Amino acid sequence: MSGWHIKNNVMRTVEILDVKPENPHVKTIFFRDEMCASAEPGQFIMVWIPGVDEIPLSISSIYPDGSSSVTVAEVGEATRALTRMRAGDIIGVRGPFGLGFKVSGERALVVGGGTGMAPLMMLINRLVEGGVDVTVIEGAENSNKLIFLDRLNNLSESMGVEVLFTTEDGSYGFRGLATDLAERVLCNKRFDVIYTCGPERMIRKAYEMAKAYSVDFQASLERYMRCAIGICGSCTIGKYRVCRDGPVFDMERIGEIEEYLGVLKYNESGERIPV
Amino acid sequence: MDYSALKTHLAGLSMPNPTMLASGILGISAGTLRAVAEAGAGAVVTKSVGLKPNAGYPNPTVIQVECGFLNAVGLPNPGIHKFIEEMGELRDLNVPLIVSVFGFSPEEYAEVASLAAEAGASAIELNLSCPHVKGTGIEIGQNPEMVKLTVRAVKDRVDRPVFAKLTPNVARIVDLAEAAYSAGADAITAINTVRAMAIDVETFRPILANRFGGLSGAAIKPIAVRCVYEIYESVDLPIIGCGGIRDWRDAVEFMLAGASAVQIGSAIALEGLSIFKSICDGIISYLRRKGFRSVSEIVGLAHKK
Ligand SMILES: Cc1cc2nc3c(=O)[nH]c(=O)nc-3n(C[C@H](O)[C@H](O)[C@H](O)COP(=O)(O)OP(=O)(O)OC[C@H]3O[C@@H](n4cnc5c(N)ncnc54)[C@H](O)[C@@H]3O)c2cc1C
Ligand SMILES: Cc1cc2nc3c(=O)[nH]c(=O)nc-3n(C[C@H](O)[C@H](O)[C@H](O)COP(=O)(O)O)c2cc1C
Ligand code: FES
Repeated sequence: MSGWHIKNNVMRTVEILDVKPENPHVKTIFFRDEMCASAEPGQFIMVWIPGVDEIPLSISSIYPDGSSSVTVAEVGEATRALTRMRAGDIIGVRGPFGLGFKVSGERALVVGGGTGMAPLMMLINRLVEGGVDVTVIEGAENSNKLIFLDRLNNLSESMGVEVLFTTEDGSYGFRGLATDLAERVLCNKRFDVIYTCGPERMIRKAYEMAKAYSVDFQASLERYMRCAIGICGSCTIGKYRVCRDGPVFDMERIGEIEEYLGVLKYNESGERIPV
Repeated sequence: MDYSALKTHLAGLSMPNPTMLASGILGISAGTLRAVAEAGAGAVVTKSVGLKPNAGYPNPTVIQVECGFLNAVGLPNPGIHKFIEEMGELRDLNVPLIVSVFGFSPEEYAEVASLAAEAGASAIELNLSCPHVKGTGIEIGQNPEMVKLTVRAVKDRVDRPVFAKLTPNVARIVDLAEAAYSAGADAITAINTVRAMAIDVETFRPILANRFGGLSGAAIKPIAVRCVYEIYESVDLPIIGCGGIRDWRDAVEFMLAGASAVQIGSAIALEGLSIFKSICDGIISYLRRKGFRSVSEIVGLAHKK
């Protein structure tokens, strides 16, 4: 991303236009901001919940009317406060930041784990628009944790996208992990690229599979973030900053940080902790 | 390109060029410190490290304003004992590794500094200037007597060069520089951020979670140049200029004011890590155009009548 994007990136406060529940723990929040509406799939923004916190969230969709959305899972204080907000409430946004997914190849396998589907949803739309043959695997613990069911089932019906769901308890779709299902799919069909986002251990497995099947690979990673503009050093993975050199990493760059992937990260104090 | 004209000797350190990474910018992990050195910095300064692990303040901690950046990160760091493990991965770094330390008393500064020196720090920079952490910034860094006690306590326990990094948030920065000089500091770093704040007009709230923070970037460059110029006239110590440097022209301006080296922080957000090399290239062309053989020849030139 160019310095220009960062140079002009002061925080803007915007009104929430609408809040849509995706499942009991996940909501999609719509707002209008010109810069956010220019985001590439995989880019993220910093969302300020006034008086509470500021957190990184991926842009999950952009609409022709200039509105955008983030899709957020309730996991702690900030996400709880955000998921309780309503139309008319005010949030701050900075961004979009980071490097997004690069659209390449003719046959794409998209593997998402839980809220990891957020950045992938926008990518899927972009791939479909570009005429790419897309297979989507969404995995979650149980049916209550799946997201974008309607949107994905719609794409499947109207655009012929192959959409496969899997849950660990078998309560919806296949039973098992997203990566188990991905392995089966890879055995039967040749893909040019795997796109993935979700729990890092899942990403790690998908990466090993991509290597084994010689398929190109792009993954969106997460680390603790403060500045989002590449100066505070909070989001380091190896020699890279996730906010600036990622969050989407390609095969080559993942290779350079392989020893940390699914293994090691830094906490808020800069102490090394296991992933 | 031949970079030998940029060789810089400063308080006993040899640097391939006069550009350094400023403290608190990326310098918390071995991986990024190495990346900055490989990108061409002449030396790297770590994030300020204290005795104990500290998580810092909640977000928002770093934001942009029209003319620069505002931060109140709250000195997050893993504590010197853990940080020493991080330093272990940097033994083969090809430029000086300067460890920035802070404490809540002169003794604590000395304790952290001596552990860092034992672990292989090329030099110690004392953060006497954080504008937003209670008990270390204002209470110590704005008081010449405390600056003197702190520098002396550290010098007594550390056999490496000690830099005193000063705050501009005082009426007379030269009083702080003189205090550091009299206590035996080997160099002065000037400046840290300028105490500042930003308020959102829609929600009526200060944006930084800590409300107050420090301003860095383009807005503070003229303040920093003035500080360097004043310190150069008042004490006979090498000065490391810092504040709002974005290109070679800014770096040269600091050197003309009296800085022997410069630190670069916020501008990395705009230019990326290639800024070190582009500043070096720019200084080389400038030296050639003006007929200088070494970068040391331009230090303090603005003072000649
Ligand atoms: C690039 C990126 C994109 C993301 N996109 C999404 C998304 O689209 N949808 C979504 O639901 N979540 C997303 N996340 C994760 C989201 O930022 C965290 O769930 C959120 O910050 C948790 O805050 P909390 O206060 O609710 O929870 P806490 O209880 O504070 O923390 C829960 C977990 O979130 C992590 N976390 C907390 N603060 C931060 C922070 N400032 N930066 C990074 N991680 C943090 C903690 O380390 C911990 O693992 C993304 C994270 C990153 C780095
Ligand atoms: C995000 C951020 C964190 C910083 N942390 C520290 C720190 O830990 N110790 C310190 O001495 N200075 C710290 N500083 C101050 C910088 O080292 C530097 O003095 C200041 O930013 C001015 O330089 P610049 O305009 O080039 O950024 C920090 C600055 C920023 C922007
Ligand atoms: S969040 Fe600050 S460097 Fe990435």
